[in-house]
Amino acid sequence: MVETLIAFAALLTGIAFLFALLRFIKGPSTFDRVIAFDVLTVVSITFIVLSALIEERGIYLDVALVYALLSFLGVIAIARYLEGRF
Amino acid sequence: MESLLDMTGGLLLVAGAAFLLLGGLGLWRMPDLFNRIQAGAKTTTLGTILILAGTAFLHPEWGFKLLLIGLFLLFTNPLSSQVLARAAHRRGIETSPKTSVDLLADSLSEQDMPEKLPSEKTLSDKGIEEKS
Repeated sequence: MVETLIAFAALLTGIAFLFALLRFIKGPSTFDRVIAFDVLTVVSITFIVLSALIEERGIYLDVALVYALLSFLGVIAIARYLEGRF
Repeated sequence: MESLLDMTGGLLLVAGAAFLLLGGLGLWRMPDLFNRIQAGAKTTTLGTILILAGTAFLHPEWGFKLLLIGLFLLFTNPLSSQVLARAAHRRGIETSPKTSVDLLADSLSEQDMPEKLPSEKTLSDKGIEEKS
């Protein structure tokens, strides 16, 4: 039962990933792509946590933490660059 | 027979994934950039934290790391969306025609802040003129 719920959650997360990916491809402005990238990274973090659940390996959570840190820095850097001042 | 803890965790996982799905849908359907930022940032924050809570129910021994990830997301997700929205506003991104109130522009004009930076479109127009 719990395995079914985890698989269902992964399915819903995959659909969310697909919608964000469509927005990332379509644009139309650079800011739309950056916000879609932000959502994609957060959804990827939940994917990593779900795969940690499925594989029963707690070490994947460290990967998720570092991934969250780096994606946050990336989004901030791109936003500051687009704003035109550092 | 599975324990109540496992069932609660699984249901929290599905609830969080549903919020993520709503966020993706909002990102795809909303009319302009600022609405997309709202839809994307808020729903993904809540959805991710629900999924982390569900994982903590299923594996209580991972609680500390999950709490760390959740706290980090809780601090950084609103921050990055706010920085993005401010950058877009300074660049003069068009809002949807239904938008009637722009409080940031009003408060900026009251404080006599410097003019908005040229938008991307005018920048590219200038580039074309300089080349020709």
